[in-house]
Amino acid sequence: MSHDIEERVERLWAAATSGDEYAAADAALAALDAGMPMETLLLDVVAAVQARVGQEWAANRITVAQEHTATAINERVLSALAHHPATRASLSQDRGRIAVACIDHEFHAFPARLLAEVLRLRGWQVDYLGAQVPTPHLVAHLHRTNPDAVALSSSLATRLPDAHAAITACQAAGTPVLAGGAAFGPDGRYARLLGADAWAPDARAAADRLADGPLPRRLAADRDGGGPAHQAGHEYAVLTASAPELMRGVMDELARRLPEVSREVTGESVSYVVDFLRAALYVDDPDLFSSSAGWLTDVLASRGIPEQVLSSALELLAGRLAGLTRAQEMLAGARAAPD
Amino acid sequence: MVWEEAPYPMLAVDSAGVIERANTAARLLLPGADAGVPLERAAPEWLARAHRGALAGQERVAPEGGRESGAARGAVGGSVFEAHPVRAEPDRVMWLLIDVGGEERAVEALRAEREWTVFMVEASMELLSSLNLGRCLEATARLAARRFADAALVVLPLALRRHAVVSCDVRGRPAREDVSIDPRTVPGLTEALRGFPPVPARWVDPAEVPRWVLRAGAGEVAAVAVAALPGHGMPAGALILLRRTRPAGFSDGEQVFAPLFTAWAGAAISAARLYAEQAAITETLMADLLPPSAPRLEGVEVAARYRPAEASERVGGDFYDVHPAAGAERRPLVVLGDVSGKGLEAAVLTGKIRNTLRALVPLADDHQRVLELLNGVLLSQEEPARFVTLVLASIERRGARVLVRLTSAGHPPPLIVRNDGRVDTVRAGGTLIGLLEDVTGVTESVLLEPGETCLLYSDGIIEARGGPLGDEFFGEERLREQLRQCAGMPPEALAERVQMLASQWVGGGEHDDMAVVAITAPRDATGRDSP
Repeated sequence: MSHDIEERVERLWAAATSGDEYAAADAALAALDAGMPMETLLLDVVAAVQARVGQEWAANRITVAQEHTATAINERVLSALAHHPATRASLSQDRGRIAVACIDHEFHAFPARLLAEVLRLRGWQVDYLGAQVPTPHLVAHLHRTNPDAVALSSSLATRLPDAHAAITACQAAGTPVLAGGAAFGPDGRYARLLGADAWAPDARAAADRLADGPLPRRLAADRDGGGPAHQAGHEYAVLTASAPELMRGVMDELARRLPEVSREVTGESVSYVVDFLRAALYVDDPDLFSSSAGWLTDVLASRGIPEQVLSSALELLAGRLAGLTRAQEMLAGARAAPD
Repeated sequence: MVWEEAPYPMLAVDSAGVIERANTAARLLLPGADAGVPLERAAPEWLARAHRGALAGQERVAPEGGRESGAARGAVGGSVFEAHPVRAEPDRVMWLLIDVGGEERAVEALRAEREWTVFMVEASMELLSSLNLGRCLEATARLAARRFADAALVVLPLALRRHAVVSCDVRGRPAREDVSIDPRTVPGLTEALRGFPPVPARWVDPAEVPRWVLRAGAGEVAAVAVAALPGHGMPAGALILLRRTRPAGFSDGEQVFAPLFTAWAGAAISAARLYAEQAAITETLMADLLPPSAPRLEGVEVAARYRPAEASERVGGDFYDVHPAAGAERRPLVVLGDVSGKGLEAAVLTGKIRNTLRALVPLADDHQRVLELLNGVLLSQEEPARFVTLVLASIERRGARVLVRLTSAGHPPPLIVRNDGRVDTVRAGGTLIGLLEDVTGVTESVLLEPGETCLLYSDGIIEARGGPLGDEFFGEERLREQLRQCAGMPPEALAERVQMLASQWVGGGEHDDMAVVAITAPRDATGRDSP
């Protein structure tokens, strides 16, 4: 079976990256015809292909165009499968209602879309709200429809402050939150920190968690105030307020030191660093910053961007954030890290 | 002497349990507590027992052991006393009695008050947290069942004789049914449903209450009350309380808090009802203003993305539409435009323009004519000067290729994403619409090879302000540079990419409405390589 899955992943991968919608749909439908259950196809084949898209992009083995093309083709496969008879059979069940949304500013809609399809397959009534859902829209939807839970997806850790706003707003509207996506940490620690009612590492675990029983509807009064209440909160606020000025200084200096690197490249790199630092301060976790810096190192290296861009950016930021002791610790930790 | 006049009852009792001495206060409290009388005959059993205990636990009753050791508490003559033993000598215990009845009553009253406070806080949190009607009805039934009765029903009139009946049974599980009932069959329900003036809760004879009400009580119902739920100046239904064993009537606390609770619940229910009505109205009116989320046209692939300026709005001044061909020999039309202004007012104007253009679709092949007619319509409006910029794109399939005829009226020029990574700008200039008597449009035709895309976008994309430094425009040049890396992408991926780049450029800052439409010549499905 696993060999079969691998083979089908390869076939769908080839079709998706070459932008061949028809071949992709054929690959998916062939798996169903061969007896593969719909859920296995979604979670072990389509999801695996999408995970590979992310890895291959990070390693610069596929272009931006291929990345987006493959994602779009994969989404078309999901749409095609949603109308397949194997999916329609489950629509008559009545398990309850779930809203699925990406938090505001989160563009990576695929994981949420996949979860929506899996939940539908398992008999839930699903409202899929899509990418970057502004929190006021989300809350209005919750008041209108009163779902049993809302599943919130976020991929990038830089969105954690936005995620916190979305989680607390949904809970204030009386709806329990299931958080998922890479942003919440490999063990879901940030989901817990930000007060989510549950966390799941992937769509299968999320669907299993919801099948286990209803998430408790807790009132705001029963919550412990929730969220980060620590010294770093102040540093987060200071860094957020001073970010544009800080960026300008760092980029000017980088332009002097590394004139061969374009301003676009340094701008994007330094933006990432500052955003990760803000997020790490928000959740007060130096590990978040060092692991993000490690990821960024790999992404930049695979694109042939000199290592000095990142190391200089870290050094220059440290020099400009003298008063922020927690930020200093995080920057020093990342600079000392072997990668 | 001090002993005799001490304000607290005091008794000296020997090791055999016989009273040696009792002061005036003790004799007043315990008539017959004279010297020589056994303690158990003159005092309540709990004190005699405490005395035996004090003698047995000798070592624990050392004078410095504190007042608490061996202390006992019990009822005496209608109050509650605390008895504290003092062992001055090995074979004698001095008992000091302190009246704590008042304190106990105060503690009990405080506990009751606290319980009510906790309940009311909980009730307000639960009722205020949701604007969902079903949820508010359930919360009201559940809270009422828990605090004022064993089971409860909330009755809310819907249309005609239909009523929503949310019952919370004795196990605390709420359930909703929409049923046809006659309120006159429940004594007091008609008055309660009127809401105003609010009538006090009325206790009614369970024998006079129909079965559908009693069901929630699971067979055993001793008392039934009917209360109004007065909302924000409008009736918000009625509450029916069912008690299984407790008799009819409210306790002092219930007398105070029941009217408060029904007022809060009524307010929550009417707010939720108003919200639901408003949301439904908005939904209906908005449906016409929202751009089509998944536009489709024969012969080409089309994808669109839209993001209004205000996070709380769903519509704005940008719009797009796709119109299938209005008959044989005619071409499908794609429109993307931008009305001056933002928010709902601008959105209403986009609705008018989209309707006008829909009516003009039969003429759509003549772009100049469409623009002139639209200009005439806008100029004839009484409203303050409002204008629009737009792009018209007529689409024609030429074998595997697609011919797009583009006319811009004061709008940012469309961009063509070629398969080899080139990005061409379409020179399809023209005047904006709705300002001048005469409009001129320049039309240009572009041939798309399979996989190539024509991108229409609003100025919200290129005028997105932000970037690493926070104050730069995204700009056409940056957009073109990005598009050079987007060759061959499917239209939804391309539209998404453009919107994502502009949104990320803006970051958390403010932005204008953003609209993107991508029109792609389909790749040939038959000529593909086999995997």
